[in-house]
Amino acid sequence: MKRDDLGPMAVNRRDFLKFTGGGIAVAVTLKDTSIISEAMAQQRGYPTDFNAYVRVGEDGRVTVFSGKIEMGQGVETSQAQMAAEELRVSLDSVDMVLGDTDLCPWDMGTWGSLTTRVFGPALRAGCARAREVLLDLAAERLGVPTERLHVDNGVVSVVGGEGRVTYAELAKGQRIEKVLDREAVLRALEDFSVMGTSPKRFDRREKVTGAAQYAGDVRLPDMLRARILRPPAHGATLTSVDTSAAAAVPGVTVVNQDGLVAVLHEDRLVADRALGLIEAEFDIPEPTVTDETIWDHIVAAAPDGRTGHEAGNLDTGEGACSNVSENTYYDGYVAHAPMEPHTALASVEGDRITLWVSTQSPFGDQGRVAQALEIDPSQVRVITPYVGGGFGGKASNAQALEAARLAWITRRPVQVMWTREEEFFYDTYHSAAVVKIRSGIDAERRIQLWDYHVYMAGTRGAEVLYEVPHAAVVSHSARGVHPFATGPWRGPGANTNTFARESQIDIMAADAGIDPMEFRLSHATDPRLRSVLEAVAKAADWTPAPAPSGRGFGVACGVDAGTYVAQVAEVTVDESTGEVQVERVVCAQEMGVVVNPEGATMQVEGCITMGLGYALMEHIRFRSGDILDRNFHTYRIPRFSDLPEIETVLVENNGLDPQGGGEPAIVSVGAVVANAIFDACGSRVFTMPFTPESVLAGIPAD
Amino acid sequence: MRETIRFRLNGRDTTLETEGTRSLLWALRIDLGLTGAKYGCGIAECGACTVLVNGDPVRSCLYPVSRLQDTEVTTIEGLAQDDDLHPLQEEFAERGAFQCGYCTPGMILEAYSLLAKNPRPTRAEILTGMDGNLCRCGAHKRIVEAIEAAASRP
Repeated sequence: MKRDDLGPMAVNRRDFLKFTGGGIAVAVTLKDTSIISEAMAQQRGYPTDFNAYVRVGEDGRVTVFSGKIEMGQGVETSQAQMAAEELRVSLDSVDMVLGDTDLCPWDMGTWGSLTTRVFGPALRAGCARAREVLLDLAAERLGVPTERLHVDNGVVSVVGGEGRVTYAELAKGQRIEKVLDREAVLRALEDFSVMGTSPKRFDRREKVTGAAQYAGDVRLPDMLRARILRPPAHGATLTSVDTSAAAAVPGVTVVNQDGLVAVLHEDRLVADRALGLIEAEFDIPEPTVTDETIWDHIVAAAPDGRTGHEAGNLDTGEGACSNVSENTYYDGYVAHAPMEPHTALASVEGDRITLWVSTQSPFGDQGRVAQALEIDPSQVRVITPYVGGGFGGKASNAQALEAARLAWITRRPVQVMWTREEEFFYDTYHSAAVVKIRSGIDAERRIQLWDYHVYMAGTRGAEVLYEVPHAAVVSHSARGVHPFATGPWRGPGANTNTFARESQIDIMAADAGIDPMEFRLSHATDPRLRSVLEAVAKAADWTPAPAPSGRGFGVACGVDAGTYVAQVAEVTVDESTGEVQVERVVCAQEMGVVVNPEGATMQVEGCITMGLGYALMEHIRFRSGDILDRNFHTYRIPRFSDLPEIETVLVENNGLDPQGGGEPAIVSVGAVVANAIFDACGSRVFTMPFTPESVLAGIPAD
Repeated sequence: MRETIRFRLNGRDTTLETEGTRSLLWALRIDLGLTGAKYGCGIAECGACTVLVNGDPVRSCLYPVSRLQDTEVTTIEGLAQDDDLHPLQEEFAERGAFQCGYCTPGMILEAYSLLAKNPRPTRAEILTGMDGNLCRCGAHKRIVEAIEAAASRP
């Protein structure tokens, strides 16, 4: 169905009707545009409602309404760039409204590096359509056909003639609403003046002055701060609770309803103290699995596999091999540990509730809050201030439900700001996983066999990537395997799979006595893969040598979110302690058209630095539901002293639409460090993180 | 025990009538309405709550207000003079030495103190000096470069 100007049929479309005052508004439906990529079609659950919305006000300012949120990845700025480019206005005339469920069109959530590659085309189409509407108005006003008009910086002028009119003048007194009804003509790459440049981030001044507001910084009159009674372990059940001492603290409100036991006070420190006065007993089940036994548990619990990729015949492949290598790779649970803990403020007015949430999923939260309160989603508004880091962990927001329930019960504004201990305890960790690979090379040192089984990490990043005639990739998953919640963690599953594949490739290269870069290139037919490998070799000044060369150089590559990365790392290993220091990481990334090169580079740097955590130091220790690491004194994340030199090369590929940038460069960090460790000292590590003990244990005796 | 604590906060005389054991972080955020200092861990392990007391960086989450008597406290809100950003703030902003921005106030104040004591630090001294401030986004490289740039200004 094609939609033209909004007619009477559209009166129930709440978002658009929020459009008040004058100006020109254009919405675009992802589904209705032919410019949407293949990835879009695969996104299940996208509604037919429109997904991007732009408004040109009577003052000529442009407002972009986007359901995406800003958590540090820079999409506030990059989305504004796309809008400014298509509308032909200056970047500083663009205002962004992000993640507000009352004002912004529905969005699935900010994850999967989808903002630029999937949402971007819709946003650009909406803005391009708005430009066409403005040009039509200008043509009428100036009495010339649109073909004779030129627009720049929000000013329409007649080419080779007299007459000019600004967007502000065109929008004045208008009230035009359009839904994209035909394919919009996007600006061509060679005409870009805003996309492809690196303007300073929109949020820079607020974030260096302390003015930037996060969910926990929003204050309302009469606001209560809540602390909630927590079980000592996941799976524990509350058997008795006595809140009388807490209730006796002046000004404290106690809530005990349907399993939610909370103390509330205007002063958080009083609420803290009151929480400590609650006497509670829990039944804690006996631990059955620990961070040491989890991998056996996982393999046993997920016996059935699904084959995702198959080529040739494994028996034939094995028969052709002169050297077969079989290895198992292990990955543990990793915390998101954003610096801002999960936070929400909820405020009830009549039958409506408004929440300010540190969320990657404002529309998801809206639905879940409505469900929890048994009200209609239209009665729930979620506003997303700046988010203090997400990495996938803020796709899930139990704190929003807690704040909503407590505000609904007390009829006062309630803030829930998780403590760091709650943050670690309730985190939806990166899943522990196991990968078993049997692979082999023939006498010509060509890979003939690739038999790949992944347990509980899924197939993201599990593609064979290289030319292998006989290959199978089998994914084993089951429900209820983990003793606590897990969820997406920056590059979900791809970190595990890329670590396993790229380690195994390195093992085969070493068995073949071939330089690992050369071995990869000799099996790489994908031109995009070749381009990043060649670019990183050049940037890192790679000199070929079979590993272990003693130099501590490693290479690894990967694909994620449509983007290709290749990395070279240089490490030093203290062979008396097994301590690893990563000295340098060079990354080549090819992500199609680059909207903001500096922003993309920051994401690469962030990915590499964060990736060193899962590679070298991070894993959650536990005894079934009892989480042993609950704060930063035992759970170490990368610090300044861990920082390597980082060099980023963005490989040009302007023939491809913009691809993802928030996650790809993290997926190969584990592998590149593992391969560099092997090159440094001959120790092959199979379990992430690579502890000094495991590195030391793998160093050959001679 | 309730105490009367007088100190200067971002250049202004300030009085708190409160428990002496009250944490400076929550006094700032709740009693004084300054939310630039962030809660990150509550155990002085992350540095998001860093403020300056007499020029020294302190982890305000574990810092009792009783110790503020007659001191000079600077929070991120007090670093810019009127509308003029401090050179560190300018360099952080211009170089993109932040992503989510949650650790940024603490980073800038820690760096401010570092440069006050050591105006021309080596890179190694910056890495050591900043090591107690955590950033999860991985903005470390640009934070170091911003500090170096601020330090090398004439």
